[in-house]
Amino acid sequence: MNALERKNSAGWDDQRIELIIGILLRSGVLLSASVVALGGVIYLVRHGHAIASYHVFHGDASPLRSVGGIVLGVMQRSGRAIIQLGLLLLIGTPIARVVFSALAFARERDYLYVAFTLTVLAVLLYSLLGAKP
Amino acid sequence: MSILLFTALVGLGSLLAGFLGSLTGLGGGVVIVPLLALVFHVDMRYAIGASLVSVIATSSGAAAAYVREGYSNMRIGMFLEIATTLGALVGAFIATRVATSTIAIVFGCVLLYSAYLSTRSRPAEPVDGKQDRLARMLHLDGYYPGSDGKRQYYTVHHVPLGFGFMFGAGTLSGLLGIGSGAVKVLAMDQAMRVPFKVSTTTSNFMIGVTAAASAGVYLARGYIDPGIAMPVVLGALAGSMLGAKVLIKARTKLLRLVFGAVIVVLGAEMIFNGFTGRI
Repeated sequence: MNALERKNSAGWDDQRIELIIGILLRSGVLLSASVVALGGVIYLVRHGHAIASYHVFHGDASPLRSVGGIVLGVMQRSGRAIIQLGLLLLIGTPIARVVFSALAFARERDYLYVAFTLTVLAVLLYSLLGAKP
Repeated sequence: MSILLFTALVGLGSLLAGFLGSLTGLGGGVVIVPLLALVFHVDMRYAIGASLVSVIATSSGAAAAYVREGYSNMRIGMFLEIATTLGALVGAFIATRVATSTIAIVFGCVLLYSAYLSTRSRPAEPVDGKQDRLARMLHLDGYYPGSDGKRQYYTVHHVPLGFGFMFGAGTLSGLLGIGSGAVKVLAMDQAMRVPFKVSTTTSNFMIGVTAAASAGVYLARGYIDPGIAMPVVLGALAGSMLGAKVLIKARTKLLRLVFGAVIVVLGAEMIFNGFTGRI
């Protein structure tokens, strides 16, 4: 029997899981794009007439390099921080997909793939939380 | 240039990049970095940061459409994502340690190679051969809906070679802020003998996760600037959605040729600017 044809008692097959993943990805992208657009409007209204200067790199001094810094900025209603929150949601979208895949493989009792998926999740979380600036 | 004008022009350029990238299947990321660095004189680090997040947006958007068609193989994708995410992490760390001019030269070489790949004709569908032991153990073999409605079964080969290729694809993605879909398709299509349509859709599925693995490092290093990323993400996303809508009607052969020529020019210019230290 082919692994892809396997159905379990709950009626979850790979096709159904892929359908849910499709919805998950689409909503994640739409939500994050809306937040980025909202922050963009606030940013442009307030700072649109300032001069753009990106020729020299100042990123290492930006307060928007950590989740904490972004949340602090959003509470002050900073347009740049709201854009960054949207980008954080965007980065979170494929991570949410990996979490869902782990659950789906667990329901299929495919423990080899649960292990593979958790390995990928560990690498993603290390990058997002463990990488020191 | 005012921020308003900068945002409008970068947004427009990214829209065009996303549109052509989606029509030709080469991805918009490969032209967004040279566009920002060469045309708008944006620092390379900001350019690859903005490009990387736009790659997450366009690939996740496209993958959402593809998974419903049933071509992508979740198990192949998930298994190979171990290689691509580890590679992406390594690539992102290398990116923070080498000079931007070196990154520009590597980028230029990848652009030239992508252009070369796009000129080659699509390889023939691999025939269903004998099963590979490792692929069978990992449940990688699968099927896709054939044109006659019947299931087309396929087997997967050379798993370790494909895994190695994928590590390389992830490293390039993390180093350059691109999806490196071309290398991913090469690994699945050429090395593992996965059918073309399955390779392209599964590769698209993997790009978002791969990019997310280096995005954390980029964010912590300040490579992701909201002022640049905003027009790039929104422009590229709108462009790729538009591209997916007109894909059926467009004459992609001519477009691929034009886009390929643009990539060659950008690649040569990136290499030149890298060697002269202007980037």
